[in-house]
Amino acid sequence: MYKIIDAEFIAPNVRKIIIEAPKIAKKRKAGQFVIVRVNDHGERIPLTISDSNLEEGTITLIVQGIGWTTQELNSLVAGDFILDVVGPLGKASHIEKFGTAVSIGGGVGTAIAYPTAVALKQAGNYTISIIGGRSKEYVILENEMNKVCDEVFVTTDDGSYGYPGFVTTKLQELIDAKRKIDFVLAIGPIPMMKAIAEVTRKYKIKTVVSLNPIMVDGTGMCGGCRATVDDKTVFVCVDGPEFDAHKVDFATLERRNRTYREDEKDALQRHSCKSEEAILKAVNEG
Amino acid sequence: MPKLSNKERMKIQRQAMPEQESAVRRNNFSEVNLGFTEELARMEAERCIQCPKPTCIEGCPVGVKIKDFIALVAEGEYLKAADKIKEDNMLPAICGRVCPQEEQCEAKCVVGKKGESVAIGRLERFVADFERQTVGIREATLKPKSGKKVAIVGSGPAGLGCAGDLIQMGHDVTVFEALHDLGGVLIYGIPEFRLPKDIVKAEVESLKKLGVDFQTNAVIGLTDTVDELMSDGYDAVFIAVGAGLPYFLNIKGENYNGVYSANEFLTRVNLMKAYKFPDYDTPVFHVKGKNVAVFGGGNTAMDAVRTAKRLGAKNAYIIYRRSDAEMPARKEEVHHAKDEGIEFLFLANPLEFLGDSDGWLTSVRLQKMELGEPDTSGRRKPIPIQGSEYILDIDMAVIAIGNGSNPIIQKTTPDLQYTKWGNIVVDENTMRTPKKGVFAGGDIVTGGATVILAMGAGRKAAAAINEFLNSSN
Ligand SMILES: Cc1cc2nc3c(=O)[nH]c(=O)nc-3n(C[C@H](O)[C@H](O)[C@H](O)COP(=O)(O)OP(=O)(O)OC[C@H]3O[C@@H](n4cnc5c(N)ncnc54)[C@H](O)[C@@H]3O)c2cc1C
Ligand SMILES: Cc1cc2nc3c(=O)[nH]c(=O)nc-3n(C[C@H](O)[C@H](O)[C@H](O)COP(=O)(O)OP(=O)(O)OC[C@H]3O[C@@H](n4cnc5c(N)ncnc54)[C@H](O)[C@@H]3O)c2cc1C
Ligand code: SF4
Ligand code: FES
Repeated sequence: MYKIIDAEFIAPNVRKIIIEAPKIAKKRKAGQFVIVRVNDHGERIPLTISDSNLEEGTITLIVQGIGWTTQELNSLVAGDFILDVVGPLGKASHIEKFGTAVSIGGGVGTAIAYPTAVALKQAGNYTISIIGGRSKEYVILENEMNKVCDEVFVTTDDGSYGYPGFVTTKLQELIDAKRKIDFVLAIGPIPMMKAIAEVTRKYKIKTVVSLNPIMVDGTGMCGGCRATVDDKTVFVCVDGPEFDAHKVDFATLERRNRTYREDEKDALQRHSCKSEEAILKAVNEG
Repeated sequence: MPKLSNKERMKIQRQAMPEQESAVRRNNFSEVNLGFTEELARMEAERCIQCPKPTCIEGCPVGVKIKDFIALVAEGEYLKAADKIKEDNMLPAICGRVCPQEEQCEAKCVVGKKGESVAIGRLERFVADFERQTVGIREATLKPKSGKKVAIVGSGPAGLGCAGDLIQMGHDVTVFEALHDLGGVLIYGIPEFRLPKDIVKAEVESLKKLGVDFQTNAVIGLTDTVDELMSDGYDAVFIAVGAGLPYFLNIKGENYNGVYSANEFLTRVNLMKAYKFPDYDTPVFHVKGKNVAVFGGGNTAMDAVRTAKRLGAKNAYIIYRRSDAEMPARKEEVHHAKDEGIEFLFLANPLEFLGDSDGWLTSVRLQKMELGEPDTSGRRKPIPIQGSEYILDIDMAVIAIGNGSNPIIQKTTPDLQYTKWGNIVVDENTMRTPKKGVFAGGDIVTGGATVILAMGAGRKAAAAINEFLNSSN
């Protein structure tokens, strides 16, 4: 059992959850994730370790409630317990001094990019981050990014905050302004990562994306998380989750992630009354 | 019963295993075999002629004293029979259900030379079930505490076998398990209808009672490395992580939606209980009314195809590139599968999966094969027949062609010795690796094998670890 120390919404449907997990806090490196099972009937879902606190022995998860399990998780409050948390899983981000490194996060992807941005900075890179959201309230971790990055650009799809437009537009602007860019990390929805990959491909900028296939065990035992990279099959949970953006077959990933779409809708509908109550409770209790 | 002559004994028919009707059981996940009654067990035990040189024992990988335990069954001394088995086999309720007896003890049984062999496995199961259901698994006596600590990595039969012996020898034992539940393949792979999970749980519980500490959600290599365990105060480490890396066919279209490894399909259904979706949250492909093909001919393939049938598959096929005779699965499982309406397509090899524009599997292109000369494994090698290709419509495919070794330990413990397939190299008699205090056994050493061999390896390692600990004061 893993205790929730603190939990708060930081954007609509996006909750920051701090969990007591001292071993994982000690071991985790940027880019790694945990697999969480909320309760006895629950499924196992992967979530990136966004941050950790060694003294407190805690890890931070930032969770977007898009389906049943993530919403159930987001309904938990400080003092509640999560049944299983296993990790740190996956390979750590490959960090080196590239020169200028741009970390791009779309939506909750910013939370996944954040620890790697920190590590890039610590390795001596000039770090720029571009964080995007649908509108102002969906922009997350701007303050945190500001603390670790040399420059931060915010974009919103509807122009309600920061630069109007997509993160790709901002990246293209930087390139057009002849800014020297040696490395790009892009994490967010698949269409966004695909679009970034297309931009940087033209300029041969080394680009890494973090893939989010459906997982079960997270240890390489089931092969459910397989993706196609460089025409070869990889197991994202052990070979990744980060891969060369220019070699990833995004279309296959997108299709495979739709495997259980009908079940997911069903689950959500069936649970919706229950979860609305729980979410209300969470909102009320902060 | 009056004493029978050998001739009379040989006349008794082998007792059939009571089982659920095939028409009923293919719609449920309850155990197929119902087990011997006392009467059937006594009758079966009377078939044993108590050979002066019992060859059955030679066939048993751990040397269970078969003749002696069967004599005790015949006398109605079932608990004593259980004790006798447990001198050599710690998990009789499990092995009685899943051992390939027809290739082991029963293949060597003298009675079997003329007629049908004594049903040793069924008797083993009866004895173990009798104990569990009447008095519960009885606690072993423990030696005084040695003050030594052993870490066991993996809670499959190798890990459990090792833990059971070491705790009795007086050592502190912690088992680290990557998953959230204990038992390895016994819990995530072999389905409920063949091995009820309560039986595995009872074995784990009995070890807990003896004082074995189980830590789930601990992936050794990531959560802690082997070296960290050693520096955390463990005096020895036993690595029993199994063969958990599914092989794929490496043919085109294998990443279409609807193509699973057997590990994923069985894990979703068994460990995550997808057969109870939506009561449990984990979904699995909607098999109902669909056509499912399972590739392979081993126990895993049989488990997958029978699971698909139970989930409502219209047609459930086994597609195997050799013939009936070469299938490595337990004979009983093949027999059960046939009764349940599984269709076997022998001498067929998949060349490519085909799918629709949304990425869903629609069919497989197969090629017919014929058998040539025996290969290195002694089985006749399948050779493709030119121009024999055809297409079979399927909605779901399960690949069950075996497992390689999981790379996590190898990547994080480079100072062990590995084969080119990633198996850990050990001394055959002591399960010792070249790294001081580190031992390994089970499928990670042998490649995918059997429950009894894994358990046997665990116990061999326990003896060697005990010796190592006692000599390194
Ligand atoms: C390595 C890794 C790290 C991740 N880190 C984070 C994180 O830090 N924060 C976070 O909010 N999410 C993260 N995700 C995604 C998260 O795991 C999924 O959102 C979650 O599994 C969805 O579960 P659900 O039951 O709530 O939704 P479901 O009802 O299962 O799915 C709802 C929708 O999400 C899609 N989906 C299902 N599974 C996944 C998946 N694994 N990834 C992406 N989309 C999925 C479905 O196709 C569907 O459209 C990560 C995924 C991976 C693989
Ligand atoms: C579907 C299926 C059906 C089978 N049917 C039969 C049968 O009928 N009869 C028979 O005799 N054999 C059968 N087998 C084979 C048998 O189950 C195995 O040979 C046996 O389980 C091997 O035992 P083990 O202890 O070596 O490994 P496993 O049972 O594989 O257990 C290894 C455990 O280690 C854990 N682990 C892995 N890596 C780590 C890590 N880094 N840190 C911590 N824990 C880790 C795993 O999660 C797992 O729980 C079957 C196998 C399968 C897959
Ligand atoms: S070989 Fe057969 S008949 Fe002889 S002792 Fe063993 S089980 Fe009994
Ligand atoms: S999640 Fe099972 S192998 Fe990656």
